[in-house]
Amino acid sequence: MTAMVKAEGVHKSYGAAHILKGIDLEVAEGEVFCLIGPSGSGKSTFLRCINHLEKINAGRLYVDGELVGYRQKGDKLYELKDSEVALKRRDIGMVFQRFNLFPHMTAVENVMEAPVQVKGESRAVARERAKKLLDRVGLGDKAGNYPSQLSGGQQQRVAIARALAMEPKLMLFDEPTSALDPELVGDVLDVMRDLAESGMTMVVVTHEMGFAREVGDSLVFMDGGVVVESGHPREVLTNPQHDRTKAFLSKVL
Amino acid sequence: MSTDIDKKPAEDTPPPPGGPEAIKAIPVRHIGRYITAVVAIALFAAIVYAFSQGKINWDAIPEYFFEDRILEGVGQTLLLTAVSMAIGIVGGILLAVMRLSKNPVTSSIAWFYIWFFRGTPVLVQLIIWFNLGLVFEFINMGPVYKDEWADFMTPFLTALLGLGLNEAAYMAEICRAGLLAVDEGQTEAAHALGMSHSKTLRRIVIPQAMRVIVPPTGNEVINMLKTTSLVSTVQFYELLRNAQDIGQTSGAPVEMLFVAASWYLILTSVLSVGQYYLERYYARGSSRSLPPTVFQKIKANVLSLSNRPAGGAA
Repeated sequence: MTAMVKAEGVHKSYGAAHILKGIDLEVAEGEVFCLIGPSGSGKSTFLRCINHLEKINAGRLYVDGELVGYRQKGDKLYELKDSEVALKRRDIGMVFQRFNLFPHMTAVENVMEAPVQVKGESRAVARERAKKLLDRVGLGDKAGNYPSQLSGGQQQRVAIARALAMEPKLMLFDEPTSALDPELVGDVLDVMRDLAESGMTMVVVTHEMGFAREVGDSLVFMDGGVVVESGHPREVLTNPQHDRTKAFLSKVL
Repeated sequence: MSTDIDKKPAEDTPPPPGGPEAIKAIPVRHIGRYITAVVAIALFAAIVYAFSQGKINWDAIPEYFFEDRILEGVGQTLLLTAVSMAIGIVGGILLAVMRLSKNPVTSSIAWFYIWFFRGTPVLVQLIIWFNLGLVFEFINMGPVYKDEWADFMTPFLTALLGLGLNEAAYMAEICRAGLLAVDEGQTEAAHALGMSHSKTLRRIVIPQAMRVIVPPTGNEVINMLKTTSLVSTVQFYELLRNAQDIGQTSGAPVEMLFVAASWYLILTSVLSVGQYYLERYYARGSSRSLPPTVFQKIKANVLSLSNRPAGGAA
């Protein structure tokens, strides 16, 4: 079985700032893969590299066996055209820390937008599917609401439905609960738990250690742009081997 | 006993049953307000009095208000405003996209255009367009078009180019500000869904930018309407020019200026109302409830005056 995501020595820098310093990891199909670490450790940057929102500077990054952002012919790399990158992004759903719902569209229009505009689905079909997806995240009755009329937790669940509407084979979560009131975190995590049970491959950058322990299949602790420790979440979280991991966990747990 | 809630605190509002007793205090007297009000009224009355003493033939104003040439002038002014604004908006969007493009050549050209057209007075630009015939004898666009310059550059085209190209420079800055005001996360979210650059711009960024672009554009339209009066200097017959002509022949020049001013006021007022509704349209989704329309406001005010007896029904 090929890995859904495979990173080989991935480096990323913004000018002089060296953010990722050689990341190697593999995410198996159907796996819930959690990335934890202090802010500035590069975990969000790595996530954004997976769907090519950021270009990597060195190394190789594969999604479902295909190189991200480039085409290899012989020993030469060719940059992909914008349209080719867009085509690959269809299969990768992404959920942002700050939701990024389209504020000028209702919840159901947010979910319909990509199937209609990108896949050319008819509006009627897309609307039906969007309503089912909103039902699935528990917001069937909020279809006609604009994002500004929804709570943060509701907005994030609409954002998850919006990503699912493209029927992705991989979902990326960038600190999906960090901008939420503590009370609302549970609803979003419940939706993510259901999604994990349905067999979706998920890469989750999170500070929710409870979620990582309960739902995660693998966990990686990153710091300073490198993978410090990895393994099964329960083992890493209860019995960290590395001093840096111990120090971090003692503060967040 | 009705206990309807009024916007203004009424002195005799009884405390809600079981609630705390309402404060009863003697309000502060704002003597300064009375004094400034009296001074302002006196000054206003003095101005009105001064005008009543001038030798103004007030009867000429209604007499000429709907005169054919005045109405034609209004029509020309509106036509010029509309077409110049259309040129300005299309050109502005183009220049804004050019300025934001990653191509250094197009962005420099757009920068230069904006620098030139914003840096020179529009009256000077109009006069330059008007006098270009002194340096060009013919216009020759190969097989497409060929004519003598004087026949090609009519007063209308002069006015249009002068106002439209100038406006494009201002609209470019407004559009650029609007595009930059849209959160980058919106573009990222659209890209992450697999949307192309142009779809992202059209479906996601521009509709949101409109909320920032529409209010200043409304101001630009109103400004443009007034600026069209400048083109009377390049032989284009619009409202001001026609009013002045009538004034000279009828012997009531100041009265005719009043007629023109009144028409400008009417037109700008109508445009302001239109702008309000346009802003309301683009505000959807950005606030929890839309601002009321003018009619809703009037209705609400009327109701609040008359709802004392009907308060219990609500």
